Formats: sequence, C-alpha cells, structure tokens
Amino acid sequence: MTPTYYLLLSALLFTIGAVGVLIRRNAIVVFMCVELMLNAVNLTLVTFARINGGLDGQVMAFFVMVVAAAEVVVGLAIIMSIFRTRRSASVDDSNLLKY
Amino acid sequence: MTGLVLAQAATGAADTVTTGEAVAFWILGPLALAGGLGMLFARNAVHSALWLAMSMLSLGVLYMVQQAPFLGFVQIIVYTGAVMMLFLFVLMLVGRDSSDSVVEVLRGQRLAASVFGLGFGVLVVAAVARSLTQVTPAGLNQVNTTGGGNVSNIGRSLFTDYLFPFELTSALLITAALGAMVLAFTGHDRKRRTQRETVVARFRGEHARPSPLPGPGVFATANSVATPALLQDGSVAPESLSEIIEATAAEQLAEDLAEVSGRVAGPDPRALRGPAGTATAPPGASATAGASAAEGES
Repeated sequence: MTPTYYLLLSALLFTIGAVGVLIRRNAIVVFMCVELMLNAVNLTLVTFARINGGLDGQVMAFFVMVVAAAEVVVGLAIIMSIFRTRRSASVDDSNLLKY
Repeated sequence: MTGLVLAQAATGAADTVTTGEAVAFWILGPLALAGGLGMLFARNAVHSALWLAMSMLSLGVLYMVQQAPFLGFVQIIVYTGAVMMLFLFVLMLVGRDSSDSVVEVLRGQRLAASVFGLGFGVLVVAAVARSLTQVTPAGLNQVNTTGGGNVSNIGRSLFTDYLFPFELTSALLITAALGAMVLAFTGHDRKRRTQRETVVARFRGEHARPSPLPGPGVFATANSVATPALLQDGSVAPESLSEIIEATAAEQLAEDLAEVSGRVAGPDPRALRGPAGTATAPPGASATAGASAAEGES
C-alpha cells in the first residue's frame, strides 16, 4: 500500500461533495457538502506533504481550515438572514434574481 | 527553513506504509466514505450533519496517522467541535423540518448531476491512480523528529515563511466576524409601545380607524372566516369581508343572508303555541322577529 490510496479516498470524497452540492436543495446541506470538498482537499495536501517530505503542505491545509471557518461563519449568517426574510432555507426559493 | 527541510527530506530514508497504518486506513477510509454518502442521502438535515461529523472525525485520525498530529487535532477541535456544532445550531434555528423537496425544479437535474459525479469520480480516480504509481514518498519522520517536532516546525514555518499570508488571515477573520455580526443583526432594540400609547396613537389618526375591524359573522350553516358579519339591518358589514378570500362573494351567501335578514319568511317559531289569533298571541306575532323588523323597515 502506498500513500496514493489517500489521494484516491480524497478524490472520492471530493466527488461526493460535488454531487451533493448539485443534488441537495437545503442550503445548509449544500454548505456541508462544500465543507466535505474542503476536507478532501485538505487530505490531499497532507498526503502531498508526506510524499514531498516537507511541512509546506500541512501549513497550506492549516490556511484552508482558517478560510473554511471564516466561510462557514459568513455563509451561515447569510442563510440565517435569507431564512428570516423568506422563511425558507431551500435554494430553490431564492429565485427572485432569476429573470 | 524550507530549503533545510527539503534537504533533510532528500537525504532521509523513503517512507514506508506500515501494517498498522494500512489497517487504520482500511478502517477509517470506508468510514469517511460512508459518512460522505450518508450525508448525501440522508433526508433529514440533522442526520446529514452527524454523518458529516463522522466523516470529519475519520479524516482527523487519518491526518494523525499521516504524521500530521497538529492538523489532526485542529481538524477534530475546529471542524467537528466548532464548525459542525455551528451547523447544528443554525439547523435548530432554521427548523429541522426545512428538508429537501423531492420536486425537481430543473427537469432531469438529479440524473445529470449523478452522471457528472460518476464521470468526474472515475476520471479523477483513474488519473491519480495512473500518474502516481511510481512515487516513493519521502516521509516526514526526519522533519517531525528534528527542531522540536511537528507543532514547533509548523509554528516556525507560519511565522517566518508564511508570515504575510498569516497576517492576511487575521484580516480575513476580522472581516468574517464583522460580516456575521452585520448579517445576523436584526435591529430589535426599539422599545415596544405600551397599550396606552397604542390607543393614543390610534385616536390621533395613525391608523385607518380607531377601532379594530369587525370580526366575521357566524351562521348556522357556516362558521368560516369567509362568512361576513351582519349589521343591525341585516346587511353585510363590508369591513368584515376578508380581502384575501375574495371567492366567497356576498352573492354566494345571498340565500342565507336573505333568510337571516328576514326578507324571506322563515319557519314560524311560535307555531306550536297554537293558531294565530288566539288570546295568547297577538295578531302578527306568528311572523319571525326578523320579518317584523323587515316590515318595520319598509
């Protein structure tokens, strides 16, 4: 077994996250799928740091975590404010800018 | 620093995957995948969040197995501890029943997304598997054992090589905190009016009328809000008609209204007392009260 298996696992997780973003209708679940994609990329970075033999990949994964945390805070606040005005957390209901 | 690390890595022995690590991977990898699939297919959003928490926990342990103990602990503390609990908080605020609708807004979108996902997954997995077969990992054993270990090395790298991105991160975090506060602020700090102030404002003309609107009437045949209230003369009080329920126009209720207002002679309520004209009942008493009122009108 080589560390390549970690990359395969991360590719599968990324695919699951991407399909979830496309399929799910609840905005919060869509956000969770985005988080899963970020985690998959983090696993890739950690694995590449190991293959490369340096800590740069781990530092990058750390930065990705920081950005993901900030993104979650702002995104959930946006979902909350949309829910407060539209009484719905479904992405299908936010279609006023459609036409 | 980076040069030193890379030089060490170049001289270090090649990393090998031990049996223990393989066992951990084949247990935790399927768990992470199951968590992702569970999140994808769970109908309930709270279940999705819990599946995702399981996936993130498995990934955290995988980081630790891959010689990244700092990131593993940060993953468990920040992601499973903070981010997922924030998700659960928002889910509880928004309401658990805000689940997905099964109705497709775009026709065939689910099928197209599934096909895309399948194709994307096959492409990426095949590309990674083909391109990385001959790779011998350098390993982090040497880096993690010199210079104070993994955490010290990451800290040194953060504050020397990555100092500028680190400072940018602080700006990002402050912006995110401010943005969340602005977006989540409702502005409910105005004092509520007391009842007395409301009444005074009402009589000063801040509302259309000083009294509340009349409620809907209740007939023996219908007690819906669509039934209008009646005035003293039996006519419909126009302000009691609901603006929303326009379908129940007054003409639909014309028969009922006529009966109640007494324009049509109804059944005689005193018929059992005896024939009209006897000593107990004065002439005309056999008519209903509404009828006599109608006669008084005319």
